[in-house]
Amino acid sequence: MQDLNELSAVIAQIKQEITDGFATLESSKAVYEFKKLFMDSKSGKIGALMKEMKNIANESKAAFGKGVNDLKAWANEKFDELDAKLKEQEALARYENEKIDITMPAVKCKCGKLHPVTQVRNQLIDIFSSMGFEVFEGSEIETDFYNFTALNTPQDHPARDMQDTFYLSPEFLLRTQTSAGQIHVMEKQQPPIKILSPGKVFRSDDDATHSPMFTQMEGLVVDKNITLCDLKGMLDELVRKIFGEGTTTRLRPSYFPFTEPSVEVDVSCFECGGKGCRLCKGTGWIEVLGAGIVNRKVLANCNIDPDVYSGLAFGIGIERLAMLKYGINNIKLLYESDLRVLEQIDD
Amino acid sequence: MLVPLSWLKDYVDIDVDADVLEEKLFSCGFEVEEKYQVGKDISGVVVGEVMECEPIPETHLHVCKVDAGQGELLQICCGADNVCVGKKFPVALPGAVVYATAKDHVTIEGLMTIKKGKLRGYDSCGMLCSGTELGVSEDMYPGAGYNGLLVLPNELANGADIKPVLGLDDWIFDISITANRPDCQSIFGMAREVAAILDKPVKMPALDYTESGITKDGFTVSVSAPDLCPRYIAHYVTDVKIAESPAWMKRRLALVGINAISNVVDITNYILKELGQPMHAFDGDFLEGNAINVRRANDGEKIVTLDEKEFALDSSNLVICDGEKPVALAGIMGGLNSEIRETTASVMFEAAKFARDNIRKSSRKLGQSSDSSQRYSKGVDEYATVMAMKRALHLIEELGCGKVSSTHVEVSSGNSIEPAEMKASIAKVNGVLGIEVPTDKIVKILTGLNFNPVVNGDELTIQVPAYREDMESYPDIAEEVIRMYGYDNVIPTFLDAAKVTAGGLNTTQKTELKLKRALCTTGASEGVHYSFFSPADLDLLGLAEDAPERKAIRIINPINEDLSLMRTTLVPQMIHAMARNQKNGRLDGRIFEVGNKFLPKSVPLTEYPDERTTLCVGVFGKDESFFTLKGIAEKVAETLLVKFTYEAVTMPFLHPYQAAKIICDGKEVGFLGKVTYEIQKAEDMRESGYVMEIDLKALENYYGAVPKFAPISKFADEVRDLALVTDKSVTCGAIEDVIYAACPYVKSVTLFDIYEGKQVGENKKSMAFTVVFAPKDEELTTEAVDKFVKKILNNLSFKLGIEMRS
Repeated sequence: MQDLNELSAVIAQIKQEITDGFATLESSKAVYEFKKLFMDSKSGKIGALMKEMKNIANESKAAFGKGVNDLKAWANEKFDELDAKLKEQEALARYENEKIDITMPAVKCKCGKLHPVTQVRNQLIDIFSSMGFEVFEGSEIETDFYNFTALNTPQDHPARDMQDTFYLSPEFLLRTQTSAGQIHVMEKQQPPIKILSPGKVFRSDDDATHSPMFTQMEGLVVDKNITLCDLKGMLDELVRKIFGEGTTTRLRPSYFPFTEPSVEVDVSCFECGGKGCRLCKGTGWIEVLGAGIVNRKVLANCNIDPDVYSGLAFGIGIERLAMLKYGINNIKLLYESDLRVLEQIDD
Repeated sequence: MLVPLSWLKDYVDIDVDADVLEEKLFSCGFEVEEKYQVGKDISGVVVGEVMECEPIPETHLHVCKVDAGQGELLQICCGADNVCVGKKFPVALPGAVVYATAKDHVTIEGLMTIKKGKLRGYDSCGMLCSGTELGVSEDMYPGAGYNGLLVLPNELANGADIKPVLGLDDWIFDISITANRPDCQSIFGMAREVAAILDKPVKMPALDYTESGITKDGFTVSVSAPDLCPRYIAHYVTDVKIAESPAWMKRRLALVGINAISNVVDITNYILKELGQPMHAFDGDFLEGNAINVRRANDGEKIVTLDEKEFALDSSNLVICDGEKPVALAGIMGGLNSEIRETTASVMFEAAKFARDNIRKSSRKLGQSSDSSQRYSKGVDEYATVMAMKRALHLIEELGCGKVSSTHVEVSSGNSIEPAEMKASIAKVNGVLGIEVPTDKIVKILTGLNFNPVVNGDELTIQVPAYREDMESYPDIAEEVIRMYGYDNVIPTFLDAAKVTAGGLNTTQKTELKLKRALCTTGASEGVHYSFFSPADLDLLGLAEDAPERKAIRIINPINEDLSLMRTTLVPQMIHAMARNQKNGRLDGRIFEVGNKFLPKSVPLTEYPDERTTLCVGVFGKDESFFTLKGIAEKVAETLLVKFTYEAVTMPFLHPYQAAKIICDGKEVGFLGKVTYEIQKAEDMRESGYVMEIDLKALENYYGAVPKFAPISKFADEVRDLALVTDKSVTCGAIEDVIYAACPYVKSVTLFDIYEGKQVGENKKSMAFTVVFAPKDEELTTEAVDKFVKKILNNLSFKLGIEMRS
């Protein structure tokens, strides 16, 4: 190449080649390859043009250089334009290819559940922990002394008929009530005492509404001047937290050997608000727990002076609470480890 | 306890209806379990007089015109044989409800509603009724047992409601009596309470009688076991005429579910219900030796009771003997040898107090019980014992069935039946309640309950009737006051006087909860199983005869054999749970349980056994494997901040090649593995199950550890992958151990691929590990890591004969 005229022709030809080539390019990758044919500094057609500089007369060198650089700029702009256009199309296509049916089922995050009894137990522990109760879990196997005698239920006491007991030996038995554990605590500790004893208890009963094993939670407060009013206040607080604001309790006389006075505690029906429904059998009240003022003899048995201290105690059947709260209709369902049951409740 | 309202009314004027009475009883501590009107099913039946009665030809029927007070006569067809003009019968008007009977006219088959209809072409507008059709037995109303129409007295007004006539308007209360109030286990006992509740006086039953002067000379009573029989009263009745009891007595017995037998026997049953005192009547002519002795039975001594059952006795049983032989099983049942018969001419009545514990135990041991033994088991007071004998003798006279002799013998160990004085501070009584009950209210309440209170300043003095054996000290008085004053008056307070205490869970409790929550994140749900299991469960596991798990504590009185042993492992119940889920169509799942197993130090127990908190996990389903369960084990270790290692183990219930023991700090703490195919088959499991047990008690020492932060190096870890070819027998654990031992910079070794096949040769496998090297004080150079790798490969080659895969 000797002159500028020839250059003009080459430029026009390259421009034509590029323009023609563009019509065949369908991907940014093809654009890149095609661009190399022209722009590569060594082998590209435009790159090669610069090498012709040495053959150009000195006075024309400037014009030649400008012509080539203008071509380079034009080509870059063209290539960038096309590249941008194709890349945008490609991005859209990628999204489109990844179109899914969002109504298809979720991939489950599998997490197990705590047992309903554990859940209610934890809720009760939370409530009473904040009131200053410690948690004491006694043993499931107890002696006759701790389960009965120390709780003011001597051998010939008719209350022993109320709860049929599983015996393991003349001395050892499966505890029938978590109250047994409280004696151990009171033997070791002087008031103030606030303990909560959750645990499994056993009675020789096995039918639709009874299970030979169930879970009780016993609460005990021993201090100076503890009264029936305190018992009522504490239980009111408990049922409000478990069953919701507006729930109240009703005390009525009952009998337990280890409390005097003893009361049954009914809770206003949280289903119907006390109007009467199937859950409360039309009475507006549901029996939930037993309670009372600790019998003086029980305190004395544990070397706590009943003339100085008094106490209150209550015992809750956790299964019953769980069944009421979650609407579980059969106690047996709680001991069968049926995953259809266990995986339902997450409170 | 069944209490007919009509009977109660003998002793207290009741001016409230049944519903109000029920509510008042409830709030005073007597829960009415059930309450029903005797004739609750019957309605629309009135008194009617047959004015005309013509036979319907060629049938046994009559067509009658009946005046049932309806203004006009009703035409009613009747098939009974005793229908006749001029008599009065119950008439069920159209729309009435009565009992339907079978063809025998005796068997009740539900209820029917009377409709107008036609019989043999004759209009019939109602039905004349039998006793059975109204649910009334002969005992309830004389003549009601006749298989035909119930004939009513002529003086009744036509059209009058039949219910009051037959006592169908009476109410029966089934009252639940708490164990501290045996004195309320009778109609009269309840009457005392009702009187107090309604603020009415209680009327005493008639107790008067006249002694005939006839004596039974030389008759003696001795009690050789005063501990079991604190009071024994015997009284002879002569010139006895055994006959039927009067209608009123039979009716009352029927209302409380007792069949009438004969006047003398009925009197004892009547008193049991009315006063709560069991009594026994002996045929005086069959008592030998003119003496009664109450003693413990001799070993092997025999008695045949009224129901013709023979019992061999021992010294734990109390017997009533005449001069020669046992004639009654004390408090439980009389002997056949001295039973009241139709020919009985003299009767010895017994009213006694027997120790409730002895009667209860004897009754259980012998498997013999009666209304008497059940009553004695609850506790009888001596006040009632004395009163009952008087009442029995009164009834003997009232019924005219004998002469009350002058032979009355009473043996007592000296307990008073007079009221006992008790003093209490009113402030202390109120102190139990937390409210101030006005003193005049206290006095009124205690007066109503027969405590005769006297107040002097703060001092309250009461006279406790002998039947109130439950009254021990001032909290009992507080209970009496508040149950009558009303629990509604208790004002809630919130431990105003109590000291503040620090509460909450201890470390063990917190850690167990943390562990349970961690297990939930693995997808496992918590199950709870019984603390007892079956001997068959130990067999299911295939445990050897001398396996420690077989040394289980036995329940002496289990519900059944399947619930007879305290569990020594949680595994069998977990296997059952996995199997049950599969039967329910759940073919995959994860369950965990945290519970105790019970390891006795000796059997039978002489000291507390070891109750070990134990974790059991069961996983089952297509996606589960030994390694998924091992992952849960690792989760446990991570949660408790401990490290587990695993060694192959053989256990009879686990796959011989997919079982490991879990070791923590050199101590075995548990095991895991695949449940054997034999057990899976026995349990009908469709998918394989894997089970793990970890002794949490053994890990308790580690609870509460605080995690320690390891500073992050400013230099990056270096990672190398090593593909190794090894003999099949070489374990992953062994390779890991060698790699760790070869270089102190190794932070972790993780198997990420394993391959067996032709390309690696027979009995060989290819294993690929990622090894992470952690720098310490300076950056790890490529050269340094290359050196480590070379050393590792050398050691692997030398120790395990392993080569780098080419």
